[in-house]
Amino acid sequence: MLEARGLFKSYGDRAVVADLSLDVGAGEIVGLLGPNGAGKSTTVAMLCGLVGADRGEVFIGRGASRLALDEDAHAAKRRIGVVPQELSIYENLGAAANLELFGALYGLSGALLRQRVDAALALVGLADRARDKPQSFSGGMKRRLNIAAALVHDPDVLIFDEPTVGVDPQSRNAIFDNLETLRDRGKALLYTTHYMEEAERLCDRVVIMDHGRVVASDTLASLYKRLPAVETLELEVEGAVDLAALGAATGVTRPTQDGTRLHVGVVELGRSAPALLTWLAAHGHGVHRISSGRADLEDVFLSLTGRQLRD
Amino acid sequence: MQLAAFRALVRKDLVLYFSNRRALVMSILAPIVIAAFFGAIFGSGMDKPTRIPIAFADRDASALSQAVAAAVKADAAFDVKEGDEAAAIALAREGKVRAAVVLPPGFGEQARRALVGAGDKPVVAVHYDPSQATAMTLVRGLLAQHVMKALGDSVGGSTLAAALPAGMTAARTSAFSLPFATEAVESTGRTDRPYNGYAHSFAGMGVQFILFMGIEVGVGVLLARRLGLWKRLRAAPLSRGLLLGSHIASGAITALVLLAIIYAAAIGIFHVRIDGSVAGFVGIAIAFALLTSSFGLLIAAIGKTPEATRGLAIFATLVMVMLGGAWVPSFVFPPWLQTASLVVPTRWAVDGLDAMTWRGLGFDAAIAPIAVLLAFSVLFAAIAVWRFDWEEPRA
Repeated sequence: MLEARGLFKSYGDRAVVADLSLDVGAGEIVGLLGPNGAGKSTTVAMLCGLVGADRGEVFIGRGASRLALDEDAHAAKRRIGVVPQELSIYENLGAAANLELFGALYGLSGALLRQRVDAALALVGLADRARDKPQSFSGGMKRRLNIAAALVHDPDVLIFDEPTVGVDPQSRNAIFDNLETLRDRGKALLYTTHYMEEAERLCDRVVIMDHGRVVASDTLASLYKRLPAVETLELEVEGAVDLAALGAATGVTRPTQDGTRLHVGVVELGRSAPALLTWLAAHGHGVHRISSGRADLEDVFLSLTGRQLRD
Repeated sequence: MQLAAFRALVRKDLVLYFSNRRALVMSILAPIVIAAFFGAIFGSGMDKPTRIPIAFADRDASALSQAVAAAVKADAAFDVKEGDEAAAIALAREGKVRAAVVLPPGFGEQARRALVGAGDKPVVAVHYDPSQATAMTLVRGLLAQHVMKALGDSVGGSTLAAALPAGMTAARTSAFSLPFATEAVESTGRTDRPYNGYAHSFAGMGVQFILFMGIEVGVGVLLARRLGLWKRLRAAPLSRGLLLGSHIASGAITALVLLAIIYAAAIGIFHVRIDGSVAGFVGIAIAFALLTSSFGLLIAAIGKTPEATRGLAIFATLVMVMLGGAWVPSFVFPPWLQTASLVVPTRWAVDGLDAMTWRGLGFDAAIAPIAVLLAFSVLFAAIAVWRFDWEEPRA
């Protein structure tokens, strides 16, 4: 439903997005992840038609109804709903009036507009606050109205740019429910976020960007398989562990130590854990606590993009 | 410890203030420019005195009246435009001269007789621009000086005593008064209504505060950018022309409504009247409303942050309004500034509104202000479209 092919964008000599391709199908949520400065915002801006690509194309729809964004921008934009990261609503207009405005921008009017406004408000749970102004809303309610504003023209493709920034867990869950409802209705959703747990909960597939390029694009299950260790062990140990020797002797991966906390990755928990404990005991490191866990998307993300700070 | 904290807090405020270069420039530039403006107006001693533009009509054409005309023309205080009575009065009415002096037929003969108390004094009509009535006193005084000198010269002596008829006593000379009277006539649209000073005030202040509204239009666009609203608007299937055009239209409608309310108050409470062309007044109002909104769009196009842009735009507006003659009459400007202020749109707006209200001029007098205001609107809009940053973000 949303397809980008070979997008390239540079500012001066700096290539911000280089040869980026992705696609989002109907009834699918695709997460777009990346560290700061990876090119996510520029990618989203190109997908929405806010910024023109130097090269590459964006298509909306399938088959006979497929539209190229740069050839028929207005028709393509009518099928895209954008939820900016910022609260892009008019605080002094009522909730319904906001949606009526944004619906009118997409050519809706009359009974159809009112019907769509009511439906969008109902979806985000603001039907009973239709006349109230957002300035009287909580942060979570504003976020939901921000989403409703992108739904009112019933687009096929929805692009969410970090839509849950600064909301409480209850509102976040409500927003997740909204997104899942939209997916079930056959919408194509592209979701950018810095919260890995959100991507894990919501996304059917994940695209990870770094330095303007796609470094991974797959289902979560497939991404986990790329990790050198699917399981992790965290131990509280005595003394400074020789991490290189530990890795070489036991086969654990990415061992790190922070004070008394030793963190390692293991491919097979049943085989690696005994070897690890034996090695630690043999080298005089008393073990006071041990816990295991599965690698998560954050591990995948960090393994692909590194731990270096991005500003 | 308290002292260290105190020092740190003071240093923080100073660093924050002085690192905001726009605010700093505003704080320094604004007083310098405004002080320079008033200094230039009220005399720095470096410029020649401002010459007062007047019109002079000599209906007498006697030796005395011609001598007076020549003396007035030679006076460095005046910039004289000569012509017939109707033309002179028209110039005053249009605000192109501060006063029109009309010497009546028989002025020379009557003045000569009146000098010695024989016969009625001739009446010199001085049609003056009531919005700049301070010039009237100067015109009267200098006119009296030139008439007396011309009279003295015409009787062949350097003193008035030489003109005394035989037998006139010295005591009677002490009863001498000016050998002519002046009739001050306000040059307004209606002779049956006195000049209403509120008319010019409302034109000036209306222009100033509606331009302030225009600033809010521009700052509103910058705020919309900051809040992401602009992103949402641009993501909609709308052309750039429609997006910017809607801002121009809404800004112009707002300006027009504000101007209508301001003038409704002026008319209803302060008895300001549109004595000239109503169509001309509406035309100027519409042209100024368009100017206001295109000015707002220009601000949005060249501004960076809403806060800094608002400060700079208010400063620019105040300068335009000062030069437009809304604060002090433009005739007190130095000549170069009077000329320079013609390139300021506010001057045309204020003059145009004056022309259609208390000056009572016809539609033809509105054409130039309308044309100039529309030309500035097109210029501002063109620069705004050219400079507008459409591509966001740049990350």
